[in-house]
Amino acid sequence: MSLGGGWYLALAAVLFAIGTLGVLVRRNVLVMFMCIELMLNAANLTLVTFSRMLGDIGGQVLVFFVLVVAAAEVVVGLGIVVAIFRRRASATADDLHSLKG
Amino acid sequence: MTELVAFAAARATVPDVVTFVISAALVLAGAAGVVLSRNPVHAALSLVMTLLGIAVLFVEEDANFIAAVQVIVYAGAIVVLFLFVIMFLGVDREESLRDPLPAQRPLALVLVVVAIGGVVALAATAHWTTGAHRVVGPISTPHRSEVAQLGVELFTKYLYAFEATAGLLVIAVVGAVVLARRPSGPLDDDGDQTADVELGGDPQLGADRRGVASGGEPGAVPDDGFGAAADGGPGGAPDDASGVTPGNVPEEVPT
Repeated sequence: MSLGGGWYLALAAVLFAIGTLGVLVRRNVLVMFMCIELMLNAANLTLVTFSRMLGDIGGQVLVFFVLVVAAAEVVVGLGIVVAIFRRRASATADDLHSLKG
Repeated sequence: MTELVAFAAARATVPDVVTFVISAALVLAGAAGVVLSRNPVHAALSLVMTLLGIAVLFVEEDANFIAAVQVIVYAGAIVVLFLFVIMFLGVDREESLRDPLPAQRPLALVLVVVAIGGVVALAATAHWTTGAHRVVGPISTPHRSEVAQLGVELFTKYLYAFEATAGLLVIAVVGAVVLARRPSGPLDDDGDQTADVELGGDPQLGADRRGVASGGEPGAVPDDGFGAAADGGPGGAPDDASGVTPGNVPEEVPT
């Protein structure tokens, strides 16, 4: 019916790693947000895979809530990016060092 | 872990393998595109590719409702929100590759490789000691599909959490409106004066920003102002501003 869960878990791990690398390496705040979405999706894939492996619907319920929280997070995060851009005219994370001593 | 994998792998057919390989390739190619593409619009479109590949994997894993929500909410709403903000801010330029921390990129790569190697090694060697199977409910029953089962669990066991998400979404909407609202009234002048000092007192820029803040045309004026501010490329004008800021403030405080 479907491939073994280990393959899905490995794919999710690689996807999470790529997202982490993007957050660490990229400087554009919007692209960093997209990489956070990659990490969230990797976690969702893991949850659905475990849901199937354990025969438990709980993982899918949790994915549903993760989707809702991700949507709220993106809305507020992009609002913050817009507010910062209005101040600094920049979407680069390294330029946001107003609090640096 | 091995017996669980074997339990699932026993039923795999050739179309399943082909579907998994193709959608995994889509997912990884899209993820690489998000990280590697220098234009934020291209990154957002690569993100769509990844999200659709993951939706296919969800269907493959019999999570049909989650797959539909993934396409509608993620690929439909969230990526469009990303593209909207990219276009609205006008940051769809190439990002400069100059890195202020030269050691950061190789260090990040090493760190990620170590972390992922640790996870894989742990998964390969550890014993799979999970708790009781099926703490919530079965995925599907003979007279109830997994979509219906998900709805039943959502509206019985997780009803309060579901209601709380409604409150969360309302808070997010209010927060987004408050953050994105253009400030008005006397507080607005104050904020803009500080912004002028921060930007090195550039009269042209200050005038532009005042023009933006005093309202006027919501579409045209901000474009001019922010275009002038950011024409020096990402890191050009803001770097100048930040270079001036520490010098300006101590000078002005004694006088």
